[in-house]
Amino acid sequence: MTPQSTFMIVATVSVGQLKKLRDLLGAMNKIPGHADPENALIPFCKFDQLHFARFVIIEANTAHEIREFGVNPRPWRPALAFLGDVDGDMHAFLADLVNNAEPGLKAIFSHCEDFSEENLDMLQWLQAHDIRPNANYVNWLGRTVKQIREEVILHQTLSRYLQEIAHDVDWEDIRTVRQKLLSHVEMEKHKGRLTLSLPEPTSREWKIRNLFHLLGVPLILLILSPLLLIALPFFALRLRMLERSDPELFIRPSYEHVKVLSVQEDWDVSNQYSVFGDVKPGLFRLLTFKFILMLTNYFARHVYNRGFLARIKTIHFARWVFMDNNHRVFFASNYDGSHESYMDDFINKVGWGLNLTFSNAVGYPTTTWMIKEGAQREHAFKYTQRRHQIPTEVWYKAYPGLTAVDLARNSRIRQGIEIRQENDAEIREWLRLI
Amino acid sequence: MKKTSDFEFNDLQGLLRFGYGGLTDTCFMLLDVVNVDMAREWLSTAPISSGIKASSLPDTAMQIAFSKEGLSALEISKTIIDGFSDEFIYGMVRSDNCSRRLGDVGHNAPKSWKWGNNAVPHVLLLLYAKQGGIDAWRKTVEDELFKKAFRLIRLLPTTDTGGNRMEPFGFEDGISQPTIDWALRQGTDPHERDRYSNLLAAGEMVLGYKNEYGQYTERPLIDPAKDPLAEHLPNAEDDPTLKDFARNGTYLILRELGQDVPGFWQFLDKVSDSEPNKREKLAAFMVGRERDGTPLIAEHIPGVSRKDHGNNFTYDLDANGVHCPISAHVRRANPRTGDLPSGVTGFISQLIRILGFGQKNHDADLVASSRFHRILRRGRSYGPTLSPEEAIQPDAPIAERGLQFICLAANISRQFEFVQNSWIINSKFGGLQQESDPLLGDREPLLSGENTDQFNHLDSLGAKQKVCHLPNFVTVHGGGYFFMPGLRALKYISSLTTKGSHNES
Ligand code: HEM
Repeated sequence: MTPQSTFMIVATVSVGQLKKLRDLLGAMNKIPGHADPENALIPFCKFDQLHFARFVIIEANTAHEIREFGVNPRPWRPALAFLGDVDGDMHAFLADLVNNAEPGLKAIFSHCEDFSEENLDMLQWLQAHDIRPNANYVNWLGRTVKQIREEVILHQTLSRYLQEIAHDVDWEDIRTVRQKLLSHVEMEKHKGRLTLSLPEPTSREWKIRNLFHLLGVPLILLILSPLLLIALPFFALRLRMLERSDPELFIRPSYEHVKVLSVQEDWDVSNQYSVFGDVKPGLFRLLTFKFILMLTNYFARHVYNRGFLARIKTIHFARWVFMDNNHRVFFASNYDGSHESYMDDFINKVGWGLNLTFSNAVGYPTTTWMIKEGAQREHAFKYTQRRHQIPTEVWYKAYPGLTAVDLARNSRIRQGIEIRQENDAEIREWLRLI
Repeated sequence: MKKTSDFEFNDLQGLLRFGYGGLTDTCFMLLDVVNVDMAREWLSTAPISSGIKASSLPDTAMQIAFSKEGLSALEISKTIIDGFSDEFIYGMVRSDNCSRRLGDVGHNAPKSWKWGNNAVPHVLLLLYAKQGGIDAWRKTVEDELFKKAFRLIRLLPTTDTGGNRMEPFGFEDGISQPTIDWALRQGTDPHERDRYSNLLAAGEMVLGYKNEYGQYTERPLIDPAKDPLAEHLPNAEDDPTLKDFARNGTYLILRELGQDVPGFWQFLDKVSDSEPNKREKLAAFMVGRERDGTPLIAEHIPGVSRKDHGNNFTYDLDANGVHCPISAHVRRANPRTGDLPSGVTGFISQLIRILGFGQKNHDADLVASSRFHRILRRGRSYGPTLSPEEAIQPDAPIAERGLQFICLAANISRQFEFVQNSWIINSKFGGLQQESDPLLGDREPLLSGENTDQFNHLDSLGAKQKVCHLPNFVTVHGGGYFFMPGLRALKYISSLTTKGSHNES
């Protein structure tokens, strides 16, 4: 299995370069916000291990909101972030990226501070500017872009063939139908039109690290549990106090802002989402936030890595990242469906989870006991998330037209080729997928 | 406990409560205000029907709604207008993004609409009368004052229903509607209702009341100290120091949808090898009901009377769509889902489901909970009737046929636009592939080139049957968002004076 990894290169934009940078990035697009996969600067389509990528200029449009807490906003200069999700090791990807797109990377990052082209080792520079997520979510651990593409072709091949033979086969004799399909797959493979590669062996190192993480986190928690238990009542008390006193900001986002965001949305079946905001002041909120994200990361890594994040099956990749020395937090995701339906899922399916994390961020609607209310305060929630959302300059998705559910189904179709179904009912179920 | 009769029906326009089915003849007018003073004068005495139940069927009824342009033309202050939702303020054609989501692309693109694409008319006036009575009613309404006050922009075609509820393709319509909780009895705690229920919080359909989240939908509230005229408006329930301009009002969504009846039946006939039974069956699969309204599923659900056979079902036991295809129009338009996937028996199983586990089916839980996405349909069909048998003839008489689709909802974005986008147009609805609503889909391929013009259903053996290359059966001719005020708000609108002493001091 090839596990996925992520990168996020961040650099402050040089003074006076913002507009030029924006224009340059805009020129990579075919339609608003969507990269031309073959664009000259970074021809994304050349990178077979790249799932999603985006360039986003992180601006603190909502920085003033923290004033409501009696705290002065910290200064923030717009920063360019280049983030993506790849198969295998992200260092290997970055090296590949530099090999194939160094001039483009230079043209882009030359708008940033701390970048001079003289004796620059581009790869080193990128690695030095990479920041790690505090929590990361991958819809399906180990499913590579290559696998996705092969399985799409498998699905199309079977679907076409099934349509061709539909009128000539005896549907009562379902085993023969399956046999026909299996033979067809073999034929296509033989002709070189279809490939179903075996998964690469999982690296030993990754397996060991993963096991350490799997056992280590609960172990540390277990060791700390007496302390945590003692702290619990104080935590609860303090939490309720803050929940009662934290100001709730009920500010409608301007329509201008909504327009900028929505021009980029709903061209394809998937959309991108980036939000940026302040962590509520005080150590209590910061530690709580960090703790919850640590758990989120743990569960995303070891439990929710098979097509669903709690009840949500529409998120491909997502990450939570602390920035600005833990004063700010950035969240990015790639999801299927419209923004409104994404919000519907947030509120109705995983409101509790969202509340746990984002109730520690400025502007989030009031929660009780960290899991109740919050997102369910519909308007306050929809306003705050839209207000804190920032547009993406360039967005790339390696498999347009496909939802996470499509990808899972294609994998199940493939499984049906490799593992024989036991009875007729199972064969029929498999055929329905096609 | 409250009673239904406690509700302020006297302040409500009747359409929120009744479909006026007994008033079979209609005249729907789109008007512009040409003389503000006269328009106000006319409005001040216009007999707009309220939601109070009369002891016998009235002879006529009249309902009114205003676009944002209309409210501006009537000099409603900007502060009030800004209190409405973005969808209402900026309209149905507010952006390409909105058109993409609503399926208003390709042949449905606003540029080929007959109205509503450039300027939305100010006023929508709905007249209802008993059979044969509409001309007289219209004459009465269009008095001298009316003619000076308004200009007719478009008369929306409608046809006397003759008392039957058949829409032009030949299906019984208007069977399923949410039951509104007028008595305000039902709790609104999320996760309280694992399973589908037809009973809906009043605030989902009427502004100024708690919605399904237990919240008050955004709407204009007025400080009476700054605007003395507002004194007679109802108080805002969530802030009694303010007056609620929108209480007992709602949004009215109008779409003029042309239906190609010969095209529909001829296509079905072709793919059914001209076998009438097969054709009927396929048509029923596409709609999700038989032509006489019989549902494809039988089961009992809470919130619906056992006697209401037409609505006593959910799709819980038909996860794969064997009985009713997942893509069927009614299954998309109202998937009858609860807050949690089915199978909740107690606290533990509930918890398991909240965490995303315990799902029997891979495609389980892909569809949102229905109660947040209901609409109240009040449309009327137009055009001469054409039976399927006539429609399949090559020389079937061509005529303008279709539906003046009208629906009411308190939140345009979460209700109408969500249903239209995520459920009806979405070619990935419920885990499907390459198919949009069989009746309403725009048939435009995805950006990736993937088709959306199929219709899939299962045969009796459970094998998937594909119908490919569906043509367009429905074309959008126009549309707009309107605000249908409560009667006190209407009084407020009509009692403004141009010099504007009423306004912010
Ligand atoms: C020309 C276009 C349309 C036709 C011919 C049509 C036809 C029908 C028919 C025959 C029914 C079954 C009757 C019933 O369950 O009450 C129905 C139900 C329904 N339709 Fe449509 N419809 C059209 C457009 C729309 C649109 C644009 C929407 C919403 C955006 C919509 C939403 C619904 C809903 C919510 C139901 C009730 C489903 C239920 O609760 O089970 N329809 N329609």
